[in-house]
Amino acid sequence: MDKLIEHLEEVTVRFAGDSGDGMQLIGTQFSDTAGFAGNEVNTFPDYPSEIRAPEGTLYGVSAFQVHFGSKNIHTSGDFVDVLVAMNAASLKVNLAHVREQGIIIVNAEGFDDRNLKLAGYAKNPLEDGSLAKFNVFPIEMNKELKKAFIEVDTPTKLVQKTRNIFALGITYWLFNRPLEATVNWINKKFKGKEDVIMANVHSLQGGWNFAEKHPDFRKQYIIDKSELPPGKYRSITGNQAVALGLVVAATKAHLPLFLGSYPITPATDILHAISGYKKYGVKHLQAEDEIAGITSAIGAAFGGSLAVTTTSGPGLSLKTEAIGLAIMTELPLIIVNVMRAGPSTGLPTKTEQSDLMQAMYGRHGEAPMPVLAAASSADCFDMTLEAARIALKYMTPVMLLTDGYIGQASEPWRIPEIDKLPEIAPHFAQDAATFKPYLRNPETLARQWAIPGMQGMEHRIGGLEKEDGSGVVSHDPMNHQKMVELRQRKVDGIANDIPDLEVMGEQEGDLLLLSWGSSYGAAKTAVEHLQAQGHNISYAHLRYLNPFPRNLGDVLHKFDRVVIPELNLGQLKNLIQAKYVKRVMGINKVQGKPFKAVELEEKLLKLISMRDIKKWPTNKKEDLPVDL
Amino acid sequence: MKTIIDEMLEKPHSGDTNYTSKDFKPDVDVRWCAGCGAISVLSPAQRLMPELGIPKEKIVFISGIGCSGRFPYYMDTYGFHGIHGRALPIASGLKIARPDLSVWVVTGDGDNMSIGGNHFIHACRRNVDMNVLMFNNEVYSLTKGQYSPTSHRGQITKSSPLGALDDPFNPVALALGASATFVARGHDKDRAQLQQLLLKASQHKGFSFVEIYTNCRIFNDGAFDLYTNAESREDHTVWLEHDKPLVFGKNKNKGIKLEGFKPTIIDLTAGGNSINDVLVHNEKDSTLAFILANMTYSETLPRPMGTLQNLDERSSYEDRVVEQIQQEVETKGIGNLESLLLGGSFWEIK
Repeated sequence: MDKLIEHLEEVTVRFAGDSGDGMQLIGTQFSDTAGFAGNEVNTFPDYPSEIRAPEGTLYGVSAFQVHFGSKNIHTSGDFVDVLVAMNAASLKVNLAHVREQGIIIVNAEGFDDRNLKLAGYAKNPLEDGSLAKFNVFPIEMNKELKKAFIEVDTPTKLVQKTRNIFALGITYWLFNRPLEATVNWINKKFKGKEDVIMANVHSLQGGWNFAEKHPDFRKQYIIDKSELPPGKYRSITGNQAVALGLVVAATKAHLPLFLGSYPITPATDILHAISGYKKYGVKHLQAEDEIAGITSAIGAAFGGSLAVTTTSGPGLSLKTEAIGLAIMTELPLIIVNVMRAGPSTGLPTKTEQSDLMQAMYGRHGEAPMPVLAAASSADCFDMTLEAARIALKYMTPVMLLTDGYIGQASEPWRIPEIDKLPEIAPHFAQDAATFKPYLRNPETLARQWAIPGMQGMEHRIGGLEKEDGSGVVSHDPMNHQKMVELRQRKVDGIANDIPDLEVMGEQEGDLLLLSWGSSYGAAKTAVEHLQAQGHNISYAHLRYLNPFPRNLGDVLHKFDRVVIPELNLGQLKNLIQAKYVKRVMGINKVQGKPFKAVELEEKLLKLISMRDIKKWPTNKKEDLPVDL
Repeated sequence: MKTIIDEMLEKPHSGDTNYTSKDFKPDVDVRWCAGCGAISVLSPAQRLMPELGIPKEKIVFISGIGCSGRFPYYMDTYGFHGIHGRALPIASGLKIARPDLSVWVVTGDGDNMSIGGNHFIHACRRNVDMNVLMFNNEVYSLTKGQYSPTSHRGQITKSSPLGALDDPFNPVALALGASATFVARGHDKDRAQLQQLLLKASQHKGFSFVEIYTNCRIFNDGAFDLYTNAESREDHTVWLEHDKPLVFGKNKNKGIKLEGFKPTIIDLTAGGNSINDVLVHNEKDSTLAFILANMTYSETLPRPMGTLQNLDERSSYEDRVVEQIQQEVETKGIGNLESLLLGGSFWEIK
């Protein structure tokens, strides 16, 4: 029977199964293949904090979502078009995400009595008609695998291990994907283990063949190639991008790289990556705790390294005193905080943007520090370079905020040509005769960096207040006032050295959506949709949070209404209201999940329809904006 | 990749390195209290520096918080005054990043045993090459007199007016238990002897821990008199030196003998005991080091001073870091940044 073909602009596929089912793996492969085939892609891994939760349980479900299409793919997708569910629990947990008439491919063997009971199903949903509004494909995967291997002599155990690859093969057929990228990956991953390579490749092809021959699989979906700028691309997560950005930044600054870190979810992947970069001359210390992570980095910074510490929420709390030390000693240091849902241990594997206030103010004393936030997985690379540039030019610690979402989600990244990236110039002391540790560059206010080994520049620094210039310990009241103000002015002055905020859409008017960090994708998508529908709404995104871009105040005051979506209870909103005396409305979500474009779109539509508050804001109490 | 640091390291020191102790005295007033034990450590340290034969720009003193924390300001070398308890990780990061430097840590019983205790045990096992001088005055002095992790049970302080309830750490035993390779104990009343001990610590490649009894005149005066004053110390301490018998007493009339694992005192003047019965110290013997360290709070045995342990078979951490990098480069070649960025699989859009 001839197969039908349908062209689609975008699709979201979600793979779900037990923690040990290999869903993250096939999700990554599916995503890489989509990129390989020329699509825009954005992914979202969603896994439990239990490493191997008991099989079949609801809390043990691990999922990986891939959103791909021919244009404007900025999020991991709001609704699932195709769900692959390996057992009853993974169906139950993920069904709410699936679009009506969406495709559900299930491993029917994962719906036996035991699995149904663990998932809390009284009746088998594959049989009771409850899935009538979906397109369900129940497949007995182990049985079909056995058939696929009937003429090949492979141990059953090995065959069954490739069940996820079989499922991947089915989805490749569904979207008419080339197998090439995954076959290459299998060959590389299992190099030397010919039997494993053969089993996996055979299983992948088997999945494809199964769908091709099966009468129920009648339609294939084609997603055209995107119009992307020419170049080499790869799929990259935010954590990978930070790690690569650090190595490139050190190279561009001609400095050794040192990472002091302690494992913490969801930042650990950066430590993993850096620890494997030994042949690039990178040094790292897996320290005994978070404090030793940052203080060892401060020691390395004192010695002339591009020094870095990486962490997430609870770790950041532990590092705060040491950050103050880096501010006081005016040493370059990069602190990467991959934010997660707090407070305390919170939801370790879930995302949030709730450390902004801590990044800005979470230290005792007047302790200003530049704060940057990456907008997407690939943007983590650029912002890491920015963090290094600012740290080394201004002699200051810099905090780079990413989060659990973009840290682990992946998207295609256009690989830069290293030669074309700008050089970074550290602010080293030059002349021993005139050297004083706290002499400043009059323009940047950065002090000079003299490191052990530089003859004639021996000096002592530390956490005690220093006299400006000489760096001698000083308790003089007027000197302290001067130094506190100098440190503040130094950070404020960076505003002259960062790009202005750009507005997408009308440059002034009724409504501006202003996002920061990982809300970029959903916010931009929502505004693109609304603008396409002819609505009057503009959009801007902040990557620099301290200092803010110079023109931020001007931009804000050109709009009647400003809305800030953030995964917290209004931290950027409060900062902006305080600084620019501009009433702002917040869209706030704290569910451990990123925004969906559609939820922002709905709320903005409601706001657009509320013409009667166009004059808003006034300063009358009853007119104060209510958060959506 | 050649870094700016590599280029700097290639430049030779200009001029000679024939320093005197004066070259290590910066032009600042020493602000410790008159008679403070720390002052008695400063001058041996300043006198030791010329003996190291290292250009002074290669020497770094790092401290935490407490009276000991001021030490770097009084040494005309590079110096870093850190935060409470964190001198060791700061020093570890520096030494790992810069193995060419001579790194010294000055800390105290509060800084190192209490708030910095975790860093201490890990620094011991990690064996980064640095010299740690721990000023032990058995009290918190900079906060004006509270009991510390080395204060004895019952010690009356401002925060223990009825006597401290804690039992103290025995710092050298803690260091040994945490696998420190060089462990020694000195005091502030014999500067020449202390200078020799510091020299020995600096010659040891790896983590060197020297506990130094420093008298706090203000908050715990006389705490160590029995073990440090010329009149009493001969009878109440035993000086440990490699290959030498453990003889002590004003007239060298007493010795330590091992009965099983138990050290006992023997009288060398009474009949029946001779110098041949006396335990001979072996600083390479970890088991012996533990036995000797545990004499510390004994009410009858002399307090062990000098070098308890000096092991040299374990490589230092920063050397292992360099070796790992070199091995990786030898087997895989110097990393190519372009291929790193390309990663495992990439695609090209034309």
